This record gives sequence, C-alpha cells and structure tokens, in this order.
Amino acid sequence: MHSDAFDRYHFAESRLHRLDPRVKVSLTVAFILGNALLPDASWLALGLAWFLLLVANDQSRLGLWFTFRRSFLALPFALAALSAIFSPLGDPVFSFSVANITLTVTDFGLVRFAGILIRAWLSVQAAILLVAVTPFPDILHALEHLRMPRLLITIISFLYRYLFVLTDEVLRLLRARAARSAGMTGQKSGGGLFWRAQVAGNMAGQLFIRSYERSDRIYNAMLSRGYTGNLRTLHPHTMKPSDWRFLGLALFALLLTQLTGWIR
Amino acid sequence: MHFSPAPLHIPDGFLTLVISLVFWALTALAVGTAISKTNQSLGEKQIPLMGVMAAFVFAAQMLNFPVVGGTSGHFLGGALAAIVLGPWAGILVMTAVISIQALLFQDGGLLVMGANIFNMGILTALIGFGLYRLSSRVGKPVRLGVAGFAAWLSTVASALLTALQLWLSGTSRLEIVVPAMLGVHLLIGLGEAIITVAALGFIEQARPDLLSAEKTASQGGQGWVLGGVFVSLGAVLLSPLASADPDGLEKVAEDLGFLGAGQSAPYNILPDYTIPLLGETALSTIAAGAVGALLALGLVILIGRSLRRAQG
Repeated sequence: MHSDAFDRYHFAESRLHRLDPRVKVSLTVAFILGNALLPDASWLALGLAWFLLLVANDQSRLGLWFTFRRSFLALPFALAALSAIFSPLGDPVFSFSVANITLTVTDFGLVRFAGILIRAWLSVQAAILLVAVTPFPDILHALEHLRMPRLLITIISFLYRYLFVLTDEVLRLLRARAARSAGMTGQKSGGGLFWRAQVAGNMAGQLFIRSYERSDRIYNAMLSRGYTGNLRTLHPHTMKPSDWRFLGLALFALLLTQLTGWIR
Repeated sequence: MHFSPAPLHIPDGFLTLVISLVFWALTALAVGTAISKTNQSLGEKQIPLMGVMAAFVFAAQMLNFPVVGGTSGHFLGGALAAIVLGPWAGILVMTAVISIQALLFQDGGLLVMGANIFNMGILTALIGFGLYRLSSRVGKPVRLGVAGFAAWLSTVASALLTALQLWLSGTSRLEIVVPAMLGVHLLIGLGEAIITVAALGFIEQARPDLLSAEKTASQGGQGWVLGGVFVSLGAVLLSPLASADPDGLEKVAEDLGFLGAGQSAPYNILPDYTIPLLGETALSTIAAGAVGALLALGLVILIGRSLRRAQG
C-alpha cells in the first residue's frame, strides 16, 4: 500500500497552506469552541460562522465547496440527537402516536435539534479543512509546540508511521483468509457465526504477535542508529509576522461571531 | 480505505461545553498518570512499543467478520489492549488511536475528544484489566471466560456512558437513547468478546510469556481490581435502571443538581446569559460571554499545566 493511502492532505499553493500549523490548529479549536459557546437559536451567528468557513475554503484554493462535500461524516450520529425534538420544555408544535405512545414535538426541541446539527456540521468542516491544508506530521508538531505531552505526540506519530505497514499486514491476513475460504455459489460455505468470529479473533491474535515482535525489531534498529529517547526534526517552525497578523484577524472575526450570537 | 465510523465516536456539537471540559479534565488526569507510570516501567522503549501497538489496534479494527445481510461485526480493542499491555499502556494506546481517528479522519470531534477517550480508552481499560486481573491466577478456561465477559461489559459500559453524556448535554432523551445504545451494543459486545477471547487464546499459545500471571500483576495493582469491579457493578446495576426506569434516574440527577448543570451549561452561573450586577443590557450579555470564555480558557490552561507537571 502506498504510504499516502490514509493521507487527507491536499496539495495547493495557498495562503492557508503556507500558514504556520500552530495558527491553523489553534484557530480550528477556537472555531469549534466558539460554536459550542453560542447560545441556541443564534442563527445569525451560525450563519456568520459558516460564512467564515467559506472564506477559509476559498483562501485554501481547494474550491469553495471543498469541505461541504466531505461534511456528511457526522450525519449518522444525528440519529442520537433526533430524540431532542421531543423535549418537554417549550410549547408543543404537533404530536403523533406510535404503538400507543404519544410523542410531542416542541418548538424548543426543534430549535435544540437544529442547533446541535448545525454546530456539529460546522465543526466537522473546520476539522476537515485543517487536515486538508496541513500535512499530518506538521499538525503533530504544532500540537507539541502547543504544550501537548511530547510523549503522547511521539506515540501518535509512530502510530501514523506504522499505520500503513500494519494495514498491509491486515490485508495479507484477509487475503490469506479469502484464499482459504473457497465456496460454491448457492451453497452454504464456512462455519457458523461463532466460528467466523473466532477466526477473526485468531487473526487479531496473530496480528498482535506480529506487531509486538515488529516493535521489538524497530526498537533495536532505533537503538543502533543512536536513539536516546528524543525524536529530532528538521523543521523548526517559526511564527512569521504574517502568521501573527492572520491569527489576529481570524480571532477578531471569531469574536465578532460570538458577539453576534450573544447580543439580541 | 476500509474505514467505517464506529457508533461510539461522538462528533463535536453533541455535548455541551461543560460536559466536554469535565471529561477532558478526567482524561488529562488519567493520561498524565499513565505517561509517568509507563515512563517508569518502560523508559524510552515505550515509544516504539506503544506506537506500533496503537497501529495494531487501529489495523485490527479492520478485521471485520460477516454477520448477516451485509452488516459485519467490529472490534474496538480497548479491553484486549489493556489486558495484554497493562492498563496504563492500554490507556495510552487507546488515546493515540482515538486522537488519530479524530484528527485525521474526523471520526469523533476535537472538543469532545476527552469524553471519547474516557469512554473508549479509560473505562474499557478499567473494566477489561480490572476483571481480568481478578482472575489472573485461576485456570485458563475461567480466565478467558472472564476476559470475554470483561470485553463485552466494557463495550456495553462505553455505550451506557455515551448515552448518559448525550442525555446530560440535553442532546437526547434518556428513555430513547439508553435503550437504543444498549440494545445495539449488547450485540456488538458479543463480537468483541469472541474476538478478544480468541485473540487471547492464540497469544497464550504462541507467546505464553506475554500473559503470565506475574506479568499481569506487575502491570497494575489491586486498585485496578477494586476500581474495575466497582465500575462493572455500577454499569450492570445502572443499565437496567436507566432503560426500565428513566424517570427514576432523571429524578436522582435532578435531586443532585446534575441535570440543570448539564443542560443549561455553561450559563447556569450566569443566569439568562447576563451578569446580575449589570442588569439585562447588551453590555451585560457581552460580559457574561467573556466571563464564560475566560472560565473555559482558564480550565484549559490548568489542564495543560497539570499535564506538563505530570510529564516532567
């Protein structure tokens, strides 16, 4: 498998791509935090937040609707919020009954449901844009600069590095299983459900041992190359004046969004 | 790629800020402790070991098995990681997996990542390792049986806690979300249990040194057994209560002042989005917003400080 199979980075020459990753990570978190802070039914502010997102999309030169097209990831989870429309607070809008249970939809519930969906949808778009304009190692580097525990960041960067290798391992295991599981069309093949789950379990055990032993080999290889517990980087990121300017401008826009939401 | 979002990863926007920050604080505490504990036991070796083990959990989640009509059983791996690697290492591994799922694949949000790590990494380690260590000195069939039960219960408990968080955030109605989440995960947990047991059996045959009773005992003390049993009992008792008598639970939460804090947070301390002193003016609302934002910022800084101290 190619090492970029999991990568979500989209190359382009743009202002957002050149921006210091620390600025991008902080602004993404600030944007999501801002969405969470907005009171319910602050439609104008949520609209403004979407507008900011569109501006960011445009600035990234990936296309105005880049994140919109990829933003339906969180949709299945919306089911969990659906029950909010039956909130007992607020005035009933209409009610219907299913199997002897009367359900009443209230205006407060509808507002709450819409608020949750819009916030989730905006937040996921911000996260999508972040990984699209920033190479993943740069994001991790930014997190390290932002005082996340270095050890955790190093573990995550190792995870990222070996994701492809172990995925290849899984694909080999799956291919081996498929090759040994011949079946005739129309006839029942393989054992029962329990047996199939057990085979998957054995594969997980096999994968575990291969991974464990691989980590031993990796450690030995690292030691023989002079590893002392620290990973070094050739990319010391430095904040340029233009990065500070962008950060200030964007934070001001986010603050404006908050004010729009809170004044009524 | 073969990547399908799992139903337990909460996206941003579904939990209120207070619930998100509370669980971030709990998670930061646990992860900070885990970092210093594994630092003592493994030293510099932990980085390649845990990085590759995290990649293992991520890759193992692709090992699906056909159940019926196009659906397939999945594997979360929290209990297995905690049993084989020890609870502290298990927590770090699951933290790395959930972080990369949120950061790279947007599977689960960033602000709610603390809650996701707590549900799928810390709770599963507590139940998985706690119950397994309880039985680490008895015969193999009983031990594997306990491990299977622990894997099943850890899946169900994560689902229950996720449902309760959604309810406390005012996102879902208790009487709907708890039975729905539990119903689905009672079944998903069975797949998790079978895979965990089969994987443990395989590892024990191929590398018995990885699962010896001494090794298990050295990875975590009796406190894990106590915590694991306590949390398991809590999950077992709370599940039927929450699904059969949601009104009762709602009443308890209300009596404890829990529900109000969750649902109208973070503005509860700032009634009606205004600061009492300033009256109901726009200025008052702005000031209330600023105070709320500052409070959140302060909490985040505090967490960051404690993490840095735990690391150094």
